[in-house]
Amino acid sequence: MLFLPGIAVFSQSVPIVDFEQLQPRLQLSNDTTYIVNFWATWCLPCIKEMPAFQKIHEEYISQKVKVLLVSLDFVKHIDSRLIPFIEKHELTPEVIVLNDPDANAWIDKVSPRWSGALPATLIFNKNFREFFEQEFTYLSLKQIVESNLVKQ
Amino acid sequence: MKNKLLSLLFSLTFVSLSMAQGYVAGDKAIDFKLKNIDGNYVSLADFPDAKGFIVIFTCNHCPYSVAYEDRIIELDKKFKPLGYPVIAINPNDPEIQPQDGFEEMKTRAAEKGFTFPYLFDEGQKVYPVYGANRTPHVFLLQSENGTNKVMYVGAIDDNYQDETAVKEKYVENAVNALIVGRKPDPNFTKAIGCTIKKKN
Repeated sequence: MLFLPGIAVFSQSVPIVDFEQLQPRLQLSNDTTYIVNFWATWCLPCIKEMPAFQKIHEEYISQKVKVLLVSLDFVKHIDSRLIPFIEKHELTPEVIVLNDPDANAWIDKVSPRWSGALPATLIFNKNFREFFEQEFTYLSLKQIVESNLVKQ
Repeated sequence: MKNKLLSLLFSLTFVSLSMAQGYVAGDKAIDFKLKNIDGNYVSLADFPDAKGFIVIFTCNHCPYSVAYEDRIIELDKKFKPLGYPVIAINPNDPEIQPQDGFEEMKTRAAEKGFTFPYLFDEGQKVYPVYGANRTPHVFLLQSENGTNKVMYVGAIDDNYQDETAVKEKYVENAVNALIVGRKPDPNFTKAIGCTIKKKN
């Protein structure tokens, strides 16, 4: 076994954070437009809109746009559901798991307008900040990103 | 310019949607007549001796609802004898979420041994009036002179994932407050949950 050190390289892992660790990333205010999508593999409308986030991520890869997919999948389902989903759909934006079950303590810190239902998306840069508790299509997402990019 | 206008229009539409009102503590809740898994129709008025109700919008498919099933049964077992039965309502459209069909509700209730009515919000007329926007979503009602007043809206407790790690049992504390004649504090909490499935 010692002669096959490369074998573990292929196994994927997803970082697990609590809200305190996530929060600074929601408070960034600079030239980059951040698209933070709260989702889960069990959430039907989340799965439906996921290709839109993937496409925007690819389309703006050379620009100051950053897509972060914050999964609310249960920790015990990371290996059995989340990672297979990421692999199957070849998701390339960064994925992290938010494991902080006392949601009442942090939902309002994402946005006071968030009821807690998924999907939810926060889009922001130094000039713009908006929260959306809704499902996006590629076009509706693109329209918001395009019209709010920070002009270089 | 066109983009700006579009995005303004878009945000306005969104703001008006998100401000759709649901019940908050103090509101009077409507009664309903919904089909139970045993085929009978159930209304709050069918429980003349109840002091109130733990109305929970929940369903079969949602992992958060599933995670809370045992705790919902415990709530009913604990508070039904004290006058506050659980009334569970599935608000989802089975055409969108087939696991939440009426037959599937019967099956799940039998598997888990639900001790409370599990009603189907046929036509999805009740949940929008209550303002449920996810499952599970609790509305604790207090009965007074034939009306039902909303006393607490929100989550069951503060840990969906691990029952043994719960620090605050919001619903249990709220019902206990009502029993001793106090107002629940908090009377509103938020939680992550599954969206209610409806046709666009």
